[in-house]
Amino acid sequence: MAGLELLSDQGYRLDGRKATELRKVQARTSVFAQADGSAYLEQGNTKALAVVYGPHETRGSRSKSLHDRAVINCQFSMATFSTAERKRRPHGDRKSSEMSLHLKQTFEAAVLTELYPRSQIDIYVKILQADGGNYSACVNAATLALVDAGIPMRDYVCACTAGFVEDTPLADLCHAEESGGGTSLALALLPRSGNIALLQMDARLHQDHLDALIEAAMTACKGLSKVLDDVVRQHLEEVSVLTRD
Amino acid sequence: MRDTPLSNCERLFLLKAIEQKKRLDGRETYDYRNIKISFGSDYGCCSVELGKTRVFCQVSCELVPPKDSRPTEGIMFFNLELSPMASPAFEPNRQSELLVTLNRQLERCLRNSKCIDTESLCVVSGEKVWQIRVDVHVLNHDGNLMDAASIAAISALSHFRRPDVAIQGRDVTVFSPEERDPIPLSIYHMPICVSFAFFLQGSYLLVDPCEREERVKDGLLVIAMNKHREICSIQSSGGIMLLKDQVLRCSKIASVKVSEITELINKALENDRKIRKEGGKFGFAESMPKERITTLKRDEVPVEMTDVKETANDIVNSTETTTEAVPSPVLVGMGTAQIGEGIVNSWALEEDEEDESQTEDRKTDEVMLISDSEEEEVVILHEEAQKSTNTSGEK
Repeated sequence: MAGLELLSDQGYRLDGRKATELRKVQARTSVFAQADGSAYLEQGNTKALAVVYGPHETRGSRSKSLHDRAVINCQFSMATFSTAERKRRPHGDRKSSEMSLHLKQTFEAAVLTELYPRSQIDIYVKILQADGGNYSACVNAATLALVDAGIPMRDYVCACTAGFVEDTPLADLCHAEESGGGTSLALALLPRSGNIALLQMDARLHQDHLDALIEAAMTACKGLSKVLDDVVRQHLEEVSVLTRD
Repeated sequence: MRDTPLSNCERLFLLKAIEQKKRLDGRETYDYRNIKISFGSDYGCCSVELGKTRVFCQVSCELVPPKDSRPTEGIMFFNLELSPMASPAFEPNRQSELLVTLNRQLERCLRNSKCIDTESLCVVSGEKVWQIRVDVHVLNHDGNLMDAASIAAISALSHFRRPDVAIQGRDVTVFSPEERDPIPLSIYHMPICVSFAFFLQGSYLLVDPCEREERVKDGLLVIAMNKHREICSIQSSGGIMLLKDQVLRCSKIASVKVSEITELINKALENDRKIRKEGGKFGFAESMPKERITTLKRDEVPVEMTDVKETANDIVNSTETTTEAVPSPVLVGMGTAQIGEGIVNSWALEEDEEDESQTEDRKTDEVMLISDSEEEEVVILHEEAQKSTNTSGEK
């Protein structure tokens, strides 16, 4: 894909967006009846599904339970049909294990685990179509699922990716922009306090540009939090209308 | 086996010391431990000591068919292994979280940053390319494995020489090192990881945490940079909440450290090259005197000795002297002496109290015959009722 410029002279990207524009985000909560909480989120072409079970008693070995907090168990997997080439190992390989670990740590910081000692909260996330920003879509979907399950959290956890091309930061990268070899930063943020729950960056970036890049990602996350908030409120309205009369 | 848990007093001690900006080994907050880099007799063999943490790395190469999606690029393969030799907490053949984290971070630091020119590893496009395999083994775990592993990996890659090849049409001849000198890899830059450990909800940070400090940390931030001040990778983990200025400050500290470490690596490489050219002896057996290779020598730590006498005197004068007079021992028998009176014997013994009055008798009997239950604590609900049943039971 050499020669594909990520930012044209007029300031348009590959899919016609401006540098700081996010992709269209659509989401629904309570997608499954069986699970305690579930959500389906689309960020552009990336589609993620998140399911939450809990808090329930620690299954398996008792030794894993903590006496003062809940244990959060995360599993991340990608459907075999999610990428352009069929994935041979949907879960258990190193990348998925690392992603599961990061999700777990992000939510351990955001969820008020002290309210549920000796219990376990399971979060399962699956990517149905991967088009860049896999981690961010997972985090956003998992946030909605946790809200749907009624588990108390400090704040919405919003995640977004950002890139850097010719001194301009780009927000919300798609797959072509991520794999083009340029910088990509994934950031998970608690919008109200501005605390960064997770920061992950690959590929070379000069130190002086770091400030602008993080700033762009944070603004994108704050915009995303408004969208997620709207989704939750709309769902509440629908449900209350149905159960009112 | 499972690692021994850290006791609460150790944890509190470490956190209190960190609050007062003191570290166990006397370092400053931003100081690294002593780094020693040594190369073996084979090209691509490197051992790094970061304080007591010891890591060993070996680079090897092989001709393989390339990946379908990238037919003109060589393949880099990284593997880090934690053996039980390093720490009793590591179990063999177990995919622990630490292993996954270290492996992924090493991959991201070295592969995604494109520090090696993979196009130059191509021999016949679409058919044969060099696969460079980097194996890192952890020999001793005393904290901060990530930094030591990245230093070892990049030093070994810089030291490595691959065999020379000649291509005639589609025939490839690989020359052995005796026939033609092996060629070094083309390395663009040297990315080095710097770890920052955060404590007490992110209010204190330490560079290069040792093993004890790692156990009490809240979270970790790893920044990989090269000496041109380019950030190759950032990874925060552990679920801590960071602020943007903390990240920026850490990146500034990292750039300083990375330039120092790169200097060190270049010096070590230069030394090794000189020795090999002059025909001197090289390799581990020569580079380390015997005692250093078989023992873990503790470095001497400077201790602040000024004002010690004054502070000691102050402490002695300010403590209260005990006013109890210690009685002299009374010889009771052969090899037995008694000092003082001792406390009243609280074990109720039947034989001793048979001679006492009846009321006392009953009281002591209450203590003995309350119930046949084997529970430790027996609660007396109705004392009077118990008394009458006990006395009737006795008869």
